[in-house]
Amino acid sequence: MSGEALEDTQRTIERVARESYGRLVAYLSTHTRDVAAAEDALSEALLVALRVWPRDGLPQNPEAWLLTAARRSIIDLIRHQRVVSESEPTLLLLKEGSTEMNSATDFPDDRLKLLFVCAHPAIDPAMHTPLMLQTVLGLDAARIAGAFLVSPKTMGQRLVRAKTKIRDAGIQFEIPDKRELPGRLEAVLEAIYAGFGIGWDDMAGTDQRGRDLTEEAIWLARVLLELIPDEPEARGLLALMLYCEARRSARRGADHEYIPLSEQDPRQWSFPLIDEAEKHLAAAFHSGRPGRFQLEAAIQSAHAERARSGRTDWAAISAFYQQLIRISPTLGRRTGYAAALAEANGPQAGLAVLNAIESDAVSSYQPYWAVRAHLLQQLGKTPEALDAYDRAIGLTEDPAVREFLLKRRG
Amino acid sequence: MRFALLIYESPEGFKMRSSDGTDSYTGAWRAYHRSLVEAGIYVGGDPLQVPETGTTVRIKDGKRHVQDGPFADTKENLGGFAILEVPSLDIALDWAARCPAASIGAVEVRPLATDTKDRIVG
Repeated sequence: MSGEALEDTQRTIERVARESYGRLVAYLSTHTRDVAAAEDALSEALLVALRVWPRDGLPQNPEAWLLTAARRSIIDLIRHQRVVSESEPTLLLLKEGSTEMNSATDFPDDRLKLLFVCAHPAIDPAMHTPLMLQTVLGLDAARIAGAFLVSPKTMGQRLVRAKTKIRDAGIQFEIPDKRELPGRLEAVLEAIYAGFGIGWDDMAGTDQRGRDLTEEAIWLARVLLELIPDEPEARGLLALMLYCEARRSARRGADHEYIPLSEQDPRQWSFPLIDEAEKHLAAAFHSGRPGRFQLEAAIQSAHAERARSGRTDWAAISAFYQQLIRISPTLGRRTGYAAALAEANGPQAGLAVLNAIESDAVSSYQPYWAVRAHLLQQLGKTPEALDAYDRAIGLTEDPAVREFLLKRRG
Repeated sequence: MRFALLIYESPEGFKMRSSDGTDSYTGAWRAYHRSLVEAGIYVGGDPLQVPETGTTVRIKDGKRHVQDGPFADTKENLGGFAILEVPSLDIALDWAARCPAASIGAVEVRPLATDTKDRIVG
């Protein structure tokens, strides 16, 4: 095989691995209820593919080929473990699958079940997002660990533990019934958004890993929406992330300096992304079932409006935050509300909102101190403003944001 | 749990030592220290003088060996340390990431060996 053809084959393997990874893991683990075994079997199959495909040429249906190879590897593994009697149902399931598989290009898409398993209430909420990134998107533990600021070894162990729990606790691979669905779906959406948030904080296009994680989260939301197109909150989440993504490159100036949203040049925003977000948000609203993610997307929509009208409707943004606080008064929402209300009704009004937050809660919450410093400075309360700036600067991880705050502090 | 943040600084970081304190690196450190204290997790710590001021002693085959500076000629050198009292490694890592040295050098997080200390101190 020529070098070029070889490269071509490797590219195909990478593409199939990327596009089919989650579908294959989902299908295999739905039948075995063992995510780790499904992943191992798929890795094994991919290794075989790397060896065999360049030699024999690409199979007609690479995905089906991988599934057959992975299934064989799971059956071998089970036989090897000599637990045939216990695993008989699994073997049967895998074999039954084989008839439908060999002929058809499409096998059932079980990714939704896998997403629900990853965000199952029996699993530590902190592990929902890492599990999704690994099992549905095939990200390795080291990369996930970096994003979540834990050591690769620790993240590896936590992932193994979570998968063992899925297997041993007998968590069902199924779509929750109507009664359960809203709560369970919320956990899935939260986990996707958490992944996006981590990528977003990792900042500003300078960090390739960070940029990837926001893209992975958007990818997950698209997968989810494909599977449940009628859930307005899933659509709201996608809209929310697209609005933010549209502003990515505008967050940094020519010298990589931090530029806050209010000072961004809207001409640098991505209008195709904003348009797409608008369409999703409108469709979500149309369903008449509002929710947390639609409200957050609505706030971003109000910001995006500045590109058209040249102004920001802070009163509308304050009202959206109020509704969010009514759902659940998180620190982030109360801080966001304070900032918006200050823009609408003056710094004193915003400060009153901040003062109502109990001080224990904010000792390591950077946005609170950044907003507080900004408002105190506007009110001319210099010593208090300097204090608040110090707290904000000390809690900042991003060097560009730190530099920005130091300058503002003066 | 107690953790040490071992702060490794780049040559640029060490150069700031000669500043009058109005540079942004020192400003960032002032704010960071303040946040550690306000969060109630700061146990102690100190910056170290620049690596060139170090002197290293070893006894080999009964002979004294004295060397200028630290052992290795690396780009980043130990520039200081802080001891934090926090509930978990995860939280210690969060604080390490906020350390001004993390974006121009490196911060190593190590648990203090309190059990070993107990055996030594008795």
